[in-house]
Amino acid sequence: MITLNVNGQSRQVDADADTPLLYVLRDDLALNAAKFGCGLGQCGACTVLVDGHPIFSCIAPASVLEGRKVTTLEGLGTPDAPGPLHRAFIEEQAAQCGFCIAGMIMRAQALLNTNKEPTEAVIRRHMEPNLCRCGTHIRIIRAVKRAAEYMRNAAASTGSDRT
Amino acid sequence: MRLSLTKILVVVAAVLAVGTGLFLYWAREPALAPITPVQRSAFDPALLRKGAELAAIANCSACHNKHDGQPYAGGRPIETPFGAIFSTNITPDPKTGIGGWSEAAFVRAMREGVSRDGRHLYPAFPYDHMAKATDNDIRAVYAFIMTREPAHITTPPNDLHFPLNIRVLIAGWKLLFLDRGAFRPDPSKTAELNRGAYLVEGLAHCGACHTPRNLLGAEKLDQAYAGGTSDGWIAPALNASSPAAVPWTADRLHAYLRDSDRVRGVAAGPMSDVVRNLAQVPDADVHAISAYVAAIAGAPSPERREIAERATVRAQGKAKATSSSDGTGGPGAAIYAGACAQCHGETGRHPALPAVNLALSSALRTAEPDNAVRIVRGGIRSPHGQGEPLMPGFRDVLSDEQIIALLGYLRAHFTDLPPWTGISESVRRAKQGDSAMRTDQEAETKA
Repeated sequence: MITLNVNGQSRQVDADADTPLLYVLRDDLALNAAKFGCGLGQCGACTVLVDGHPIFSCIAPASVLEGRKVTTLEGLGTPDAPGPLHRAFIEEQAAQCGFCIAGMIMRAQALLNTNKEPTEAVIRRHMEPNLCRCGTHIRIIRAVKRAAEYMRNAAASTGSDRT
Repeated sequence: MRLSLTKILVVVAAVLAVGTGLFLYWAREPALAPITPVQRSAFDPALLRKGAELAAIANCSACHNKHDGQPYAGGRPIETPFGAIFSTNITPDPKTGIGGWSEAAFVRAMREGVSRDGRHLYPAFPYDHMAKATDNDIRAVYAFIMTREPAHITTPPNDLHFPLNIRVLIAGWKLLFLDRGAFRPDPSKTAELNRGAYLVEGLAHCGACHTPRNLLGAEKLDQAYAGGTSDGWIAPALNASSPAAVPWTADRLHAYLRDSDRVRGVAAGPMSDVVRNLAQVPDADVHAISAYVAAIAGAPSPERREIAERATVRAQGKAKATSSSDGTGGPGAAIYAGACAQCHGETGRHPALPAVNLALSSALRTAEPDNAVRIVRGGIRSPHGQGEPLMPGFRDVLSDEQIIALLGYLRAHFTDLPPWTGISESVRRAKQGDSAMRTDQEAETKA
């Protein structure tokens, strides 16, 4: 049994110690946002956050992540209450086929966790490990900027960044 | 008795004062007059092209550059046992770079380690090797450097411990360790080996990292190429004590330096800059370098060949299961199976990403695990560009304990060498190294 903290909930799965986190998320927990792209940590479709840092879940054994905080796309909002990155990606129509988008959003979330107003150069450098075969990069970059703006506005209206 | 002691002290003090005075007088170097920066049109295009190749061989851009900085604008800290030395701006900016340097000033810096203004330069700048280059080659490098984009960037001051922050002492270092003699070819060797020797001992300055250094920071010439360090990485021995599973040949070195055979080995850490730069260099020179370096180790001894045979058999161990259920037990095996075997596994090596066969990996065979720890934590980037991650780093996936377990497993499973004892120390050193780098990168990310 492996105990994982996923999106704030404690989940128990019956998996071998070497099972990649991606398989556990998709096959055992029905969290299907993260995608299997290359299975080699080269494309980023499987990106999720561990303690706020982006990782490739296809090459991260689930058993090593006990006690760590795993966040997937499902943890950032729901269809009824989408998060800032969800909204921005929809409004910018940043998805073509959409296969890479969950990974893109998770990597972008990691950036926006630490940088409230990233420049385009910083966004480009940060997003570089994630590939998009359709070529919607320009819209993805716009969406990340828009999401940063939503987050800044939300913080300003609640005053939470003045602490 | 008391009186004579005082007398002795006075005499000693006087001798010291006169000696210091004489030393200071002897160590003085004149400032050379500044020039107005040379126009590009002043240089012969053929000389510029040659200079570009030689500057690539000399790997100038690796140190005279900081992470994502403007090429040749310097600012990168070089950590030494004596403190940090910051690489200088060698772009032709007249104020903050070397735009005001005449060719004579540049030649003097390369041969004698003296700045245009007469200050002695620290031997972190490997003028002990540069001095072996011919005048014509130094002139070509000058032409290349003086035609780069000027950058008006002041680099940080050095952070050296007293008394090493007193530059005049470097004159004493040079007296002890700087051989100003020109390179002399060995007539009994082939032209290719002599060309390789000229480049390796000179501009390429391989020994600056691959030769151990003494307490005063000079290369131990009686232990040439016995292995050293570079930026926290182990620069493995290139002589007969090389940790390589299978001894290097000229052909294999050429493939490694050209990044053309990643199954047999791929450059990581500071060596990645070398390979990136060598891509600009004519193939004949890379062949010459490879031939000379292979000759340093010489023909493998019978013991060496036996080690190679055992490693090769291990590398072909297709039958060996590598899942957590294979009986080797421990968390290391499961981590290997879940995180490494997708690319490195004996059965599952992916044709699109043929990763190094770990049974042939030098990083698992060095006496200390530092390179293996750094590769597992930080990954390996393609020497040639941003868009190719090659091997992702696992520092955000694996805890220190998990990395220690994994490294213990890899050493036991892929080599027949005794277990490493200092893995946790090595992890601590690697974390110190990347916390410095992360601060650097985060400062830029926030910029």
